[in-house]
Amino acid sequence: MSAFRSSAILSTALALGLFTAGCSGPVEVKAATLRPEKERKTAPDFTLKDADGKVVHLSDYRGKVVILDFWATWCGPCRIEIPWFMDLQRKNKDRGFEVLGVAMDDEGWEVVKPFLAELGVNYRVMVGDDLTAQMYGGVDALPTTFLIDKTGKVAAVHVGLTSRKDIEDGVEQLLQAPAAVASSGAGGPMVSLGAK
Amino acid sequence: MGEPAKVAAARGAAIEAKIPVTVDAGFHVNSNHPSDEYLIPLKLTWTSLGALEGGEVTYPPPTMEKYEFTEKPLSVFSGAFSLTASFKVAANAPPGPGVASGKLRYQACNSNTCFPPKTADVSVAYQVR
Repeated sequence: MSAFRSSAILSTALALGLFTAGCSGPVEVKAATLRPEKERKTAPDFTLKDADGKVVHLSDYRGKVVILDFWATWCGPCRIEIPWFMDLQRKNKDRGFEVLGVAMDDEGWEVVKPFLAELGVNYRVMVGDDLTAQMYGGVDALPTTFLIDKTGKVAAVHVGLTSRKDIEDGVEQLLQAPAAVASSGAGGPMVSLGAK
Repeated sequence: MGEPAKVAAARGAAIEAKIPVTVDAGFHVNSNHPSDEYLIPLKLTWTSLGALEGGEVTYPPPTMEKYEFTEKPLSVFSGAFSLTASFKVAANAPPGPGVASGKLRYQACNSNTCFPPKTADVSVAYQVR
């Protein structure tokens, strides 16, 4: 028997190295350090379809606090956060709050629908695409979670598994924001956002 | 990508190709038999065998690792390891050099973040005597 040697090591190591260079670790945004309102930028609007085929625009949720969660079925850390979001949805749905999930699975609904059924997800989920990811700064690392205030602006971004308390505190702060402030930025320009 | 090593083999000979893989420190990839149906396995698929036949891939034993985001340990590969592909040189293979090509699909995570599945090119160079 002879042993050939091939060069998979370099390509694989290189690809993972790029990951490392491109994402030096989770960017933790504490709820206590939500972006000041003046520094918040409008979350890019998108048009995606939910599991029932209904069209969803982020702008449909203007006036509500929104968690926008980019995730995938193959993402273990995402699976930890999803039950947190289900709890938040259950507790706050009557307070002007919504969770929106964007699944980044290449296989689309074929894998996402069974997953949602298995977990009993109680909020709207759409299948994302490259355009949506680009609008939000690439979203290569999952989970990536955007906290969006009532005016449709991004108040915080969490890349990677974060703490449940940070998420919950951030949502609560945004829900308690004065209505006058909440409506001041409506209709602002759409801009692309970095995920960090 | 380095130059693949070349090994001479006679027609009809059985050969094994060791395919070294290194995962960056702090990352892991799912093994060929992940712990969960939704996780994406490491999988080497040959796209062109040239004068070789077979190509069955043997994966190393996985390690079971517990991460912050899991309740149970996951079946993963990390660090440096090798895959082994078993070939046979075709009985009617023309003498001379050739390359078998394949794709290695993997999906990597660290302790709190996962990254989309990727594909790396794999090649095995051979010389038929």
